[in-house]
Parts: sequence; structure tokens; C-alpha cells
Amino acid sequence: MSSAEATAGTQRGELSDWFRERISHAVSEFTAATALVVLFIALTFASPYFLTADNLFNIGAQTAVIAIIATAQTMVIITKGIDLSVGSVAALAGVLGAMVVRDLGFSLWAATAVAIGVGALAGLLNGLLVTVARIPPFIATLGTMSVGRGLVFIITGAVGVYGLPRSFQLLGNGQILGIPFAVVITVLVAVGVAFLLSQTRFGQYTYAMGSNLEAARRSGIRVGRHLTGVYVLAGVLVGLGGMIAASRVNSGQPNYGISLELDVIAAAVIGGASLFGGQGRIVGTIIGAFLIALVRNGAVLLDISIHYQQVIVGVIIWAAVYFDQYRRRRLESRG
Amino acid sequence: MGAIPTAIADSDQQPTDAEPPVLEARGIVKRFGHVEALRGADFTVRRGEVVALIGDNGAGKSTLIKTLSGVHPPDEGEIRVGGRPVQFSTPVDARRAGVETVYQDLAVADDLSVAANLYLGREILRSGPLGRLGLLDKRAMRQGAAAALDELGVRIPRVTTPIVMLSGGQRQCVAVARAIIWATNVVILDEPTAALGVVQTGRVLDVVRRARDAGMSVVLVSHNMPQVLEIADRVEVLRLGRRAAQLRADEVTTDDLVAAMTGSTNVDRDER
Repeated sequence: MSSAEATAGTQRGELSDWFRERISHAVSEFTAATALVVLFIALTFASPYFLTADNLFNIGAQTAVIAIIATAQTMVIITKGIDLSVGSVAALAGVLGAMVVRDLGFSLWAATAVAIGVGALAGLLNGLLVTVARIPPFIATLGTMSVGRGLVFIITGAVGVYGLPRSFQLLGNGQILGIPFAVVITVLVAVGVAFLLSQTRFGQYTYAMGSNLEAARRSGIRVGRHLTGVYVLAGVLVGLGGMIAASRVNSGQPNYGISLELDVIAAAVIGGASLFGGQGRIVGTIIGAFLIALVRNGAVLLDISIHYQQVIVGVIIWAAVYFDQYRRRRLESRG
Repeated sequence: MGAIPTAIADSDQQPTDAEPPVLEARGIVKRFGHVEALRGADFTVRRGEVVALIGDNGAGKSTLIKTLSGVHPPDEGEIRVGGRPVQFSTPVDARRAGVETVYQDLAVADDLSVAANLYLGREILRSGPLGRLGLLDKRAMRQGAAAALDELGVRIPRVTTPIVMLSGGQRQCVAVARAIIWATNVVILDEPTAALGVVQTGRVLDVVRRARDAGMSVVLVSHNMPQVLEIADRVEVLRLGRRAAQLRADEVTTDDLVAAMTGSTNVDRDER
């Protein structure tokens, strides 16, 4: 039989294929990391305040919330979905977390559990809308975004939840050995989700569903259940992120997270997650989240108006998606 | 279902074959609204043979295949595997009965590696508590995939390559190999070479031959008459939702096949 040498046999261009296969994931991550370093250096020169301990701490905490929620977004994007409701759900979770502390005397940890529960419920709702009601993710989560924001305003009467004990700030402003507590949580979340996606069956199914839903279904994967699971897990992280955000400002803000979805989608896509599904890694998303946080922070330091920040983020999304499509064409051109 | 022991059911007209057909459909009816796609279709696959299923467009080939693979449960009729009646309500039911299907277009997940695709839905988990947490044993899957592809003579660079980087022929070979590896009774291939060039088609057909030689039964849906005669042992012709003919591939010409498909003749040379 010639099969042994056939498989082992070297084909023309195999080395370059191997190289392309290895780096195909890393290309966007490398590009994003380069942009991050360049921006970091540029801001160091542009603003005397940038490289201060206070500001770096601030960037860390700001990145944390974006990174945690972008991690959630990445999981959903890998399934070829999208979650537009993250901002509203984070606000709802943060506001309710603050309210149970103020009105019911919950501890910070119990309140965090409440916020996570709120996120999980919202995720379950999104998941059921997508899998049972078969509403496309874009529309399903657009609805949740609107319902969630409405609920936040109804519950709070459009007034922020203030009068919280100082201890409420621990999650967002506390530190361990000089490292923001929020950053520690982010690292744990990122490592956990990265492990889940790359090493477990749950992760394998997540990529498979985003890559070819019908193939996954016919492979016997219970796609409805798994897809709902992804949305629930994403919701858990969004709830956690919302709680950290509330803790940072020591209040529940009904306005929190408006257009947050753009920031986190941008972070995920910059890091290599593909809106066409099946691709994305948490490493890239974290770099993307850092980049977005840096853009926001730099704009504030350089006195660039919030409106220009919106423009910048929008342009970044265009560029990242364009790059993603370009990369896909390159990969597929071989077949 | 089997509550009443029926003497009538045993009056099958199959006296010659000691072994019952590995897969058999009898009197399958399938309606979509007012359209009757299958009107009492019969189909037979014996062990270790390649059966080509042919028919004009709209004859009901795809519907019959989907019935046999559990995608469309039949409205009437019976499916038997190894002589035993079975109910295929979902693709999983069919797979449990050892019937694997390669669909024309939705065969593989492009972003996953070759190994991940071969094991999709049947992942090997680590042993012990880690496995219970859903931790994959990637190494075992890589090795298993490499060995299985090697045995079928499928040539791909590495099992870690994502499908998206393979050529069309390689992708199809992986999809076919995947079905063959897991099938215990029958592999159904729906137009496996429709989109391929000559060389790539040859590779896919080689894989099919190897599987047949190893005792696997293969159902091949194809529009390519010379190819049908080249690879099939037997040909079953479907016309207007019914079986129009059963032919031995070595006894007929492409003209005979076309005639049977279009209904200008109604030969049934295989009848004993």
C-alpha cells in the first residue's frame, strides 16, 4: 500500500501552507498589538498625564469592563451571532446590583450575584429568541437592547442609584498589590473563556455552529441547547461587567452603556473575531479591548470631543471588518 | 408496533438472499403540502455493494436520500436496516443505525481542522474528571484522524489544517472519509463529485472503492452516467417518485440508464 508515504509525502508549497495555517489566526492579533504599541507610544509623547500611575490604573479598570463584555461578545460572534443588548443589560445589571445594596442591604458579593443573574436571564432570553423563536440574532438582541434600556429607566425613574456604601467601590476601584481588582477579574475571565473555547467540547461546538450550523446540527450536536448556552454565558459576563462598571462610579447609572455594543464589537473584530462566524480568539479580543480603551482614554487626555471618539470607533470597525474579509479571501483563494 | 406477531409480514419475496438487505425502503410516501415527492418508492442496498441512485430532476432522489438519512421522516412506508424495521425521525437516529450521509453542500465546518471535523459530534474526551468537564483529548483525535485517513488513502497535508485551506477535492475526501469512518452499515453520498475536476473526482471515487472493498455499502447519487457505470455495482432508477428499474451496472449502457430515467422503457433486469 502506498498510503503511508502518500500522507507523509511532501506536497509542493507545504511549508508555506503550514506557515499560513499557523499565522492565519495570529495576523489580526499581531496587527492589533502593533497598533496598540504605536498608540501607547504616541500617547506617551502627546500627553504628560498619560504615563502616570493614576491614568494607567484608570485605563486598566476601563479596559477591564470593555474586555469582559467583549469576551462575551466574542463568544456570540463566533457562533455567527451578534449581541446588541450588552449595553442595556450591563446597565440593568449594574442598576439592580446597586439597588439591592441600597434598598435591601445586600452585601457587594450578593449584589454581584444578582447582577450576574440578571445578565444570565437576559442571555437566556436572547438565546431562546434566537433558537426557539428563530429571530435572527441582530433583531433579537436589538429588541432586548430596547426592552432592557426601557426597564432600566422604568425601574430607576431615570434617576441614578446613589447613596451606596464606600465598600461598593471595591470591585471597580479596589486593588491587589497595586493591580486593579477589576483587572484581576478580567484576567481570570479571559483565561477561563479562552480555555473553554480552545480546549473543551463546548468550545468546539461553538466554533462548529458558527462555521456551519447545518453541519453541526446533522453531526448530532444539539445546536439549540448549545447556542442558548453561549448566550447565557455571555449574559453572565455582561452582568459581571455591568456590576464592575457601576462599582467604578459607586452608583447605578441608567444611562450606562449606551453604544457600548459598538466598542465591544470593535474590540472583538479588531482581535480577529469574524462576523461571518467560526473564528475568533480571546487573546485578540483582549488586545482589541485595550486598543479601544486607549483610544477613549487618549481622546479624553487630548481633549478630543466624545463625538469624535464615536467617529474614530466607527472607522476602526470598518477597517477591522474590511481586513477580516480580505483575510478570508486570501485563505480561500487556495481552494 | 411489534405487538401483533404477524405471519403476513414474513411473506417477503426474498427467498434467494440469505442475508437481508443492509438497508431497504418499502413503499415510501413523502408529501410536501400538495406535492407528492415520493409515491411508494422502494430502494434496496446489499452489503458490500455500491448502488447508484439515479433519476431525472424532480424524480425524488434527494427526498428519498433525506428519508433514508432521517432528515425527512416518511409519511408512509417502511425503512429496514438489516431486515429490522427502524424509525428515522432525525439524522441522529439514522446515524445510530449505522447510516451516514454526505450531503451535497453542507458537509463540513470550514473553520475547524480536519481532525475536528472527522470527530465532530463524537469528540474524544480526556479520561477521568477532566473529561467529564468536557475537556477534549486533541492528541487522540489527531492520531485517530491521521490513521483513518491513511487507511482510506486520503491525502491531506496535516490533520490540523483548517478545512478552509484545503482544495475542493480534499474537502470532499474528508467529508466522505468522515462518513465512512463512522458508518457501520451504509454510506450515502449525494452528488459527491458534482463540483470537482477530473483528478479530484478520481480521488473521491478511490476512497469509495476502498470503503466498498472493506465491506461497506455505498449509495451514490449522481447525474454522471459514465461515472455511475464506472463505480457502481448496481443502479436503481427513480422516476416520478417510484422505483422504475433495478439494473446491474455491468449489463447496461448509459443509453439504457437514460431510457430508464426518462421512461422510454421499463426494464427490470435484476428481477429474479
